[in-house]
Amino acid sequence: MRKLASITIFVVILLGLSVGFVLAQSDGTEAPVVREVSDDEVNDVAQELYCPVCENTPLDVCGTQACADWRELIRTKLAQGETAQDVYAYFARQYGDRVLAQPPRQGINLILWLFPIVAVVLGLVFFGRYLQNLRAESAGTAVESGGGTAVPPQPPAPDDYAARIEQELRKK
Amino acid sequence: MIPDIGYIALVLAFGVSIYAAFSAWYGNRSGQIRWVESGRNATVIVLPLVALSAGMLILSILRNDYSVEYVWRVSSRDMPTYLKVTALWGGQAGSLLFWNFLMASFAAMVMARKWRKNLNLMPYVIIVISMTQVFFLGISAFIENPFVRLAMIPLDGNGLNPLLRHPGMIIHPPMLYLGFTGFVIPYAFAMAALISGQLDDRWIRNTRRWTLVAWLFLSLGLILGGRWAYDVLGWGGYWAWDPVENASLMPWLAGTAFLHSVMIQEKRDMFKMWNIFLVVMTYCLVILGTFVVRSGVISSVHSFAQSAIGPFFFAFIVIMFAFSAYWMTKRREALSSKNQLSSFLSREAAFLYNNFIILAILAVVFLFTYYPIFSELVTGEKGFVGAPVYEQALAPLFAALLLLMGVAPLTMWYRTSIQRLQKATVWPALAALVITVALVVLGMRYWAAMLGVWIVTFSLLLTLMEFWKGIHARMKRGEPAWTALANLMARNRRRYGGYWIHLGVLVMAFGIIGTELYQQQTQMHIMSGQSITLGDYEMVFNGARRYAGPDDLMVTEADVDVFLNGRLVATLAPQSELYTRTGQPMTIPDARSTITEDFYVILVNWEPTSANEATFRIYLNPLINWVWAGGLIFVFGTLVASWPDRKQEEVLEARRERVALGVVGD
Repeated sequence: MRKLASITIFVVILLGLSVGFVLAQSDGTEAPVVREVSDDEVNDVAQELYCPVCENTPLDVCGTQACADWRELIRTKLAQGETAQDVYAYFARQYGDRVLAQPPRQGINLILWLFPIVAVVLGLVFFGRYLQNLRAESAGTAVESGGGTAVPPQPPAPDDYAARIEQELRKK
Repeated sequence: MIPDIGYIALVLAFGVSIYAAFSAWYGNRSGQIRWVESGRNATVIVLPLVALSAGMLILSILRNDYSVEYVWRVSSRDMPTYLKVTALWGGQAGSLLFWNFLMASFAAMVMARKWRKNLNLMPYVIIVISMTQVFFLGISAFIENPFVRLAMIPLDGNGLNPLLRHPGMIIHPPMLYLGFTGFVIPYAFAMAALISGQLDDRWIRNTRRWTLVAWLFLSLGLILGGRWAYDVLGWGGYWAWDPVENASLMPWLAGTAFLHSVMIQEKRDMFKMWNIFLVVMTYCLVILGTFVVRSGVISSVHSFAQSAIGPFFFAFIVIMFAFSAYWMTKRREALSSKNQLSSFLSREAAFLYNNFIILAILAVVFLFTYYPIFSELVTGEKGFVGAPVYEQALAPLFAALLLLMGVAPLTMWYRTSIQRLQKATVWPALAALVITVALVVLGMRYWAAMLGVWIVTFSLLLTLMEFWKGIHARMKRGEPAWTALANLMARNRRRYGGYWIHLGVLVMAFGIIGTELYQQQTQMHIMSGQSITLGDYEMVFNGARRYAGPDDLMVTEADVDVFLNGRLVATLAPQSELYTRTGQPMTIPDARSTITEDFYVILVNWEPTSANEATFRIYLNPLINWVWAGGLIFVFGTLVASWPDRKQEEVLEARRERVALGVVGD
């Protein structure tokens, strides 16, 4: 807990400095306040980001003061006319890609999108083949190892459920 | 004095576990049954020892004995008694002790109930369980010792982590621990079957109900965890794909696959190796999950229970993997059952499809959960996978699973004709389509929602028809509908328990579609007297007040009126709490809850200096209560499926008894 608190304080100071820096820059050059930004707009952007210091908490719902300040930073940036993409890029630059809810689709991160597809497709191919083999074996055909026992096709199971219930009732 | 007794009992339990494993091994090797019996007695004695140890820790907390570091860490004088008791699992060391207590309980129960019927499996069961206990008790006694003393005795304790003071949070961890520790039983029996070479399905029959019960507790833990998140964490949701959530979801998935595929072995004596593999995997995922939660290798919202036990856990996991893999390879031949498939359209094939989809989901969750470690190994930077990535990858797989859930029960063993399946599905498919189209006309727009609603409705109709088929057959014989249903369930507990579970999942699926795709939210800073509009709702802010709660709690409570189409429907009091001692904030939402939707209000910010202004965040969560209702149905179904069928049991019992007596005597 104390660790979190000290991180929070540290971050707040850093933020204060960086906000100050941004503002200091802004009165020199440009980036005037272009428009009013609503909380909803801030949250829309913030929910695609994760809090850089807390554990695994989206920035829009994070309750710490640090996150409140980050949300204000987002508001300031949006007010100065930056787009959501600019904000994401800024946060990724400052705190690393791990603050992005959706990691950039490049480099090693591509695994996250490719793996599910490749795993399922490859899995289907192997699984399909395996099933095919099982069926071939049970049909008694095309078993490569000559000694494969040719099992006659199974009779359809007498598993008609309604019939079973009938039977059960008749027994009573 | 009291902590000393607790510690001595703990160390004794550790020693007794070593003895139990040894004497079971020796007795089995030398063929001396009394040594095995001694091992059993030792396994049973671990329970009172660990119970005594846990009792002493609770007593220390109740007596405010802050000379014990753990007591100081998790409790304080002003905590109510029930919280002091539950503080037992409020931190790392105590929760490990509690874990040991639960595992010892399962072990003792198995020894008491399954002894005579499985005499030749038992030595190995004792060895596997005892070795696991040696590890966990060793961690408790020597690394995460809850009885460590402080040099100076503080006047008051730190108090329990506020997040853990909610009623939902008090029962959520024990449920998960029960689920986790419960899986040691099927694992021990599977390993016993492997090592002893008795690979018939006795181990499965003996552990079926234990597996179901462990699985039930794991399900309860997951559902309660979701409910707790929704009630206390204040982010409008119930599942965040947090690594620790995933750590308990993964064994649940593996266990679900096992509970299905085991039916193929029971009915057709196939896929023996596969079932052993699934049980081993489930248990490995349990231990891996425990490791992840407790070592902090992956950052998570659950990081309040971390410490330096990582390396030991890791070694244990490696040993367990190697041990299991060794015996599976060694018994490869004996396990190679003659797997046959008469048709792709058969019950056994359907179970295999189920296993395929569940394992695909498991593989994706596994990769995503451990991606931070994986990417750090490769690139040096810890990657991160947020919830949206999970949802994209898993939604199609879950959809396929729900579709299979409806169709699979129509298949028969060996083969089912395609005509038969067509005949049985065509009307439900059309009916589901009509319902979907009606909803589109009423304004449903997302294609994902349309597809989802169609699939879930279709499967729901098919499941209900399964009930109807059975009831109808009985009604034709003159039974009234309700009697027919009751008799049907009483006589086929597993089948209808399973269908109830399916119903529960489908109801939950409606809830998830509603909240995932149709959640609305808005946030606004308003003055008292002003209002916020969301959907058909309007919320008026009347004012707020701040007061001191119990403990070091400072509560800020807002008073808001909720109007639906202009009519006052509720007065809500969302709170924001602050635990002043630790500075930890908590957001307690309030909601107007109906079957169709929750109007869920969070007080984001209120400062006493500007008493008449506040910031609110409002969520409209459609169908959220379907998630909880589905959860209840799910639990009911699991209870039906696992409830002992005394009549049938007695018959089997008597038969087995005779066999056991005939073979080994007593």
